[in-house]
Amino acid sequence: MTTHAIGDDEHFAGSNRLFISVWVWLLALTGFEVFLGYIQLPLLYMLVILLGASIIKAALIVAYFMHLRFERLNLILTIVPALVIAICLLLMFFPDSFRSKALRSTGPAQAPTESR
Amino acid sequence: MATEAQAIAGDWGGGVHPYRVGHRKLGMWLFIMSDSLTFSSLLIGYAYVRASNVWPTPFRFYPSIVFSSVMTLVLLSSSLTMVMAVSASSRAQRSAARKWILATAVLGATFIVLHLFEWRHLIGEGLSPFQLPAEWVEKWPGSTPLFGATFFGITGMHMFHVFTGCIYLLVVAGRVNKLKHEDVEISGLYWHFVDLVWMFVFPMIYLLSIWPK
Repeated sequence: MTTHAIGDDEHFAGSNRLFISVWVWLLALTGFEVFLGYIQLPLLYMLVILLGASIIKAALIVAYFMHLRFERLNLILTIVPALVIAICLLLMFFPDSFRSKALRSTGPAQAPTESR
Repeated sequence: MATEAQAIAGDWGGGVHPYRVGHRKLGMWLFIMSDSLTFSSLLIGYAYVRASNVWPTPFRFYPSIVFSSVMTLVLLSSSLTMVMAVSASSRAQRSAARKWILATAVLGATFIVLHLFEWRHLIGEGLSPFQLPAEWVEKWPGSTPLFGATFFGITGMHMFHVFTGCIYLLVVAGRVNKLKHEDVEISGLYWHFVDLVWMFVFPMIYLLSIWPK
């Protein structure tokens, strides 16, 4: 009886109207991103704004299209925080990336001369 | 039985079915978690080599960015048709669900075709995984040839996901009368995830690499 209750008693939450409005928001955010590309802001501004917009878009897709907002809190807490932390941990390599840019030669004329 | 039902009622109760989803759906969520890490590693690896090198920014607003924006529109619309499929399936309208799933697969295939045009254009210019076109090297002296590796690696991996997603959807559309509603929903999860990945690939790869005015 309990297994019968799993899945069967769930109704697909959210109306088609809601999904269409999410889709319109996603399109609007994409249009905004492309517009930023058209006017060409400096790279750092572009990076921050585009990443922010992408995270909002991803959240909209996960919450409404992938239905996670209507799932149990248990499932959300199992999936989201671990993933966010793991992805943020990947950022720890960047100081090395900036360091190696400073070390890199900028052209053939300045090739390193020291021998190994 | 009653205690089990009570355990399900509370979020912290746990019980026998702490997530109240079927095992297949939980499996798809776990797969999506691992696949998210795959794509984040690829994108962060790309950001790593980009930040430590002279990096070409070769995409002209027209045609490349306009073209990839249309691809984004196609993929976003395929997510909407997939939502409609799941919604129809939840109301037990199986033939409507099948039509929406097929529409999603067609939009996915359109995305692949458009993307292959884009690839052919870049390969025609002289881009390969470990070599830049001569024009780019002249414009950005000392730039790394890894541009092609990251571009083809990340977009290729994504295209592979779209391709397998199309096959998955065709199978689900063919068997929609035999499948439970939750199975349709699970195929939707996969498809939306593929769309979600593109929401990061498109700005990171294309919009941050627009040819300077």
